[in-house]
Amino acid sequence: MTPSVSNIPLHDDDGAGHRKADHPEAGFWRTYIFSTDHKVIGVQYALGSLCFLLFGFFLMLLMRWQISKPGVPVPVLGPLLARALGSAAANGALSPDLYNSFGAMHGTIMVFLGVVPLAFAAFSNVVLPLQIGAPDMAFPRLNMASFQAYVIGGVIMLASFFIPGGAAQAGWTSYSPLATAIPTDGQTFWIIGMVFIITSSLLSAVNFIATIIQMRAPGMTWMRLPFFVWAQFVTSFLLLLAFPPLEAAAIMQLMDKVAHTSFFLPTGLAVGGQLANISGGGSPLLWQHLFWFLGHPEVYVLILPAMGIVCEIIANNTRKPIWGYKSLVYSVLAIGFLSFLVWAHHMYLTGMGTKVAVFFQTTTMIISIPSVIILTCLLISLWGASIRFNTPMLFALAFLPMFGMGGLTGLPLGFNISDVHLHDTYYIIAHFHYVVAPGTIFALFAGIYYWLPKLTGRMMNEFWGRVHFWTSLVFMNVVFMPMFAQGMAGMLRRMTDGGANYSAAVNARAGAEVIGGLSNNIIEMHTWILWGACALGLAQIPFIINLFWSLKHGEKVDSDNPWQATTLEWQTATPPPHGNFPEAPRVYRGPYEYSVPGHAADFTPQNEPEK
Amino acid sequence: MDFPYIVEPRRDTGLYNAKLGIWLFLASEVMLFGALFSAYVLLRVGAEPGMWPHGWLNVPVGTANTIVLITSSITTVLAWVSCQTRQFGRFRFYHACTLLLALTFVCIKSYEYHDKFTHYEFTLANGKFADGHLVEKSRDFNLAQKTGSVILHGREVEREVELMDLHRPEARHLQHVEITIPATGIKKMERYGPWHHTYLAIYFTLTGLHALHVICGAVVIGFLWGPGAKMWQTDPKRFTNRIEISGLFWHFVDLVWIFLFPVLYLL
Amino acid sequence: MSDHELTAHETHSVRGYIFVFIALLAGTGLTVWASFIHFGSQEINIAVALTIATVKAFLVVAYFMHLISERKMIYCVMGFTAFFFAAMMGLTLWSLAPNNLVHT
Repeated sequence: MTPSVSNIPLHDDDGAGHRKADHPEAGFWRTYIFSTDHKVIGVQYALGSLCFLLFGFFLMLLMRWQISKPGVPVPVLGPLLARALGSAAANGALSPDLYNSFGAMHGTIMVFLGVVPLAFAAFSNVVLPLQIGAPDMAFPRLNMASFQAYVIGGVIMLASFFIPGGAAQAGWTSYSPLATAIPTDGQTFWIIGMVFIITSSLLSAVNFIATIIQMRAPGMTWMRLPFFVWAQFVTSFLLLLAFPPLEAAAIMQLMDKVAHTSFFLPTGLAVGGQLANISGGGSPLLWQHLFWFLGHPEVYVLILPAMGIVCEIIANNTRKPIWGYKSLVYSVLAIGFLSFLVWAHHMYLTGMGTKVAVFFQTTTMIISIPSVIILTCLLISLWGASIRFNTPMLFALAFLPMFGMGGLTGLPLGFNISDVHLHDTYYIIAHFHYVVAPGTIFALFAGIYYWLPKLTGRMMNEFWGRVHFWTSLVFMNVVFMPMFAQGMAGMLRRMTDGGANYSAAVNARAGAEVIGGLSNNIIEMHTWILWGACALGLAQIPFIINLFWSLKHGEKVDSDNPWQATTLEWQTATPPPHGNFPEAPRVYRGPYEYSVPGHAADFTPQNEPEK
Repeated sequence: MDFPYIVEPRRDTGLYNAKLGIWLFLASEVMLFGALFSAYVLLRVGAEPGMWPHGWLNVPVGTANTIVLITSSITTVLAWVSCQTRQFGRFRFYHACTLLLALTFVCIKSYEYHDKFTHYEFTLANGKFADGHLVEKSRDFNLAQKTGSVILHGREVEREVELMDLHRPEARHLQHVEITIPATGIKKMERYGPWHHTYLAIYFTLTGLHALHVICGAVVIGFLWGPGAKMWQTDPKRFTNRIEISGLFWHFVDLVWIFLFPVLYLL
Repeated sequence: MSDHELTAHETHSVRGYIFVFIALLAGTGLTVWASFIHFGSQEINIAVALTIATVKAFLVVAYFMHLISERKMIYCVMGFTAFFFAAMMGLTLWSLAPNNLVHT
């Protein structure tokens, strides 16, 4: 074992492979701000995206307040909002326009500034080069540039809250013509922010693919790669090929907004009762197709890294090889391929003909198969295992049923006939939040608890980790489970009054012959959800404290490999030095050689020579 | 640990890192321009019959630009060959040509854009249309207050659709004359900017994005020609690889134009 | 840096590049000329122009970008890209074809 090195590497790598002695010690800026070391960049992404996740969470809490108590000023924060945002938050209550912009920005920030940078950029940066035995990413300076583009995009998105007219309001999907017709520059800021974020992801994707293909250590064949690497490999391809059409569409929507073109604006468009002064001839559906061409692979970008993380943690804490490694690999490749061919299942209600609907339903049903295979392999891996129930494993185990629920509830959405009833209702919100929130985010928590000790040399507190886990699990379900019922009862998305206008109570008061409406039970669920969300927020406090507290006071690891894991990242110093390994490791076996009969230890690292 | 495969290729892939990197980036660029071409097809197919323009762009000028880019492609590849054969002087010559050709392309494009921005369509008060290049606005010209007049070099037509297809036999014998129109006779005047028609929208967007790529490619090649050429002294193999990579990007830019030219100018 | 005479292999490849250059110029002339010919329908003009463009593109990609001598990895990447580009354009246009839309 190489001795521990206590500092994060002190100088950047210009990719020329110079010896450590050639470089003078770098200052603070080069080490922590303008670093080209993948581990530093990974931590930068992680901190940034966790902040954005928290910010997006607060936006949601404000929205949930408004939904439960429309027009009632927000307690405590109300006056602050009124001062910061002016008439949009008059009296401290959310105006409908402000609610819409919070909705649009909650989605945008959570997806593009929160989950994707954390799951894809942060985890890949920290773990990937180490797991394949590489000294760094293939293009370290490009890596730094990607992060900088992400920061710029994030700043632009945040800045848009404070400009006259406020932030974007047309949903995270920014459908034309609404996106162009809304008279706020927030929409323009959104587009420009998206261009920077897309560029960041594209450059990262190029970097990670090149790294995985070119920089694997000797002996690290494709079928010896940890599943985490396969998952990030496919995710990178999804981003590489699916993001550019959205970038093209964003450019066209920007032209519509700024240059008054009519890419997505149809002839005869009227805005505010007046015929719009445009050339017309455009197609709103074109925007939707180009958006969802990215939008669908995007959801696989959200889930695949999570599956990769869960696989690593399950293998490690069951002390058994993962069941069906080959099936996992082929399934993730199949998901990657098929995910480009299903996108219009987000558009069933746009008036598509039966032939088109049948095509997309078929591909959507087919893609559910490899997803189920992956989940099944992970579940079967638990059979007969000596499970170690530590915090990462708890989160990884909870991922399985939570993602399962999210995935299964997607099936009625994949069929045109049932989607007609469920589209744009709270059922959809419940479905995708189950996949991303107690799904992906749990996997990301698991990954943080699991890999942080590699970077800091200290374990996170186990007791508070379990508190974080159980409270999060309970309250995630309190928040999202009722939404299935609400959606099936017909409650639509994006209603700023939480459906009060369509409630049975309002209908009864109107005394009309109106039948139906949302029952009191359904409306009352809003209260449960609000308190569940507040509790969920409180449940994250132990995590945040634990994260920072453990840096200085966490229990020190007893070795460079505290989890007794087989993969390469654990077979080097803590934290890994500049260049990661003193010399290129040689790989002799697959990634999950746990409890191999005839071996003294219950795990055999990938780079341990054959006896 | 030493950084592998910067210069020498990895045996099983046959590639050095940057070459794989640039091809991956080009794959994303294919999807970017591909989406814009898809938009073009959709907008054209969806247009009202007879209302999709033909002949609005100057074919000889476009052909000249095509030749400019193709020539810059051959100079690029010859610059790389010169690096491989360690003929630095020749490399410098060929890439100087590439840069001059890039500049020429952008200048010609600017001229074309300027031509469009000085071209107006007038909706006249009498229900007819006038169309042509603005020659002069009278000093007191004010459309809102209906004062003054304009002189344009063009023609007057009965219906707007006559301005669309300039490839029709009737349109081939157009006479362009000087027309003076008083402000009182004008209901609306609009430049041939991207807002004027979706054809112009996609034309400006596609060629604008393409021109941006030309400029960025020229900047990179310019850097390697100038300050970046220092690496020739210390690591000629790595420098040659950089010339190859920037060349691959440049060829891609040429490739996009090979499709842009017929699609926008000829069809 | 001393100059050296081009090897036989290198002169051969330079000659090849010049041939491709001339072919590209010829293709440009051909496509402009063909655009003035009135084939039966506009569709044929489009097909002719795109065919010539594809051939020119092939020459640039295969020879100037030397894809023809690249290894499997690049073919895989570009192959999948071409497939997904075709799928994006094809499925989008097919979905938005008038007789595949439900008009109320």
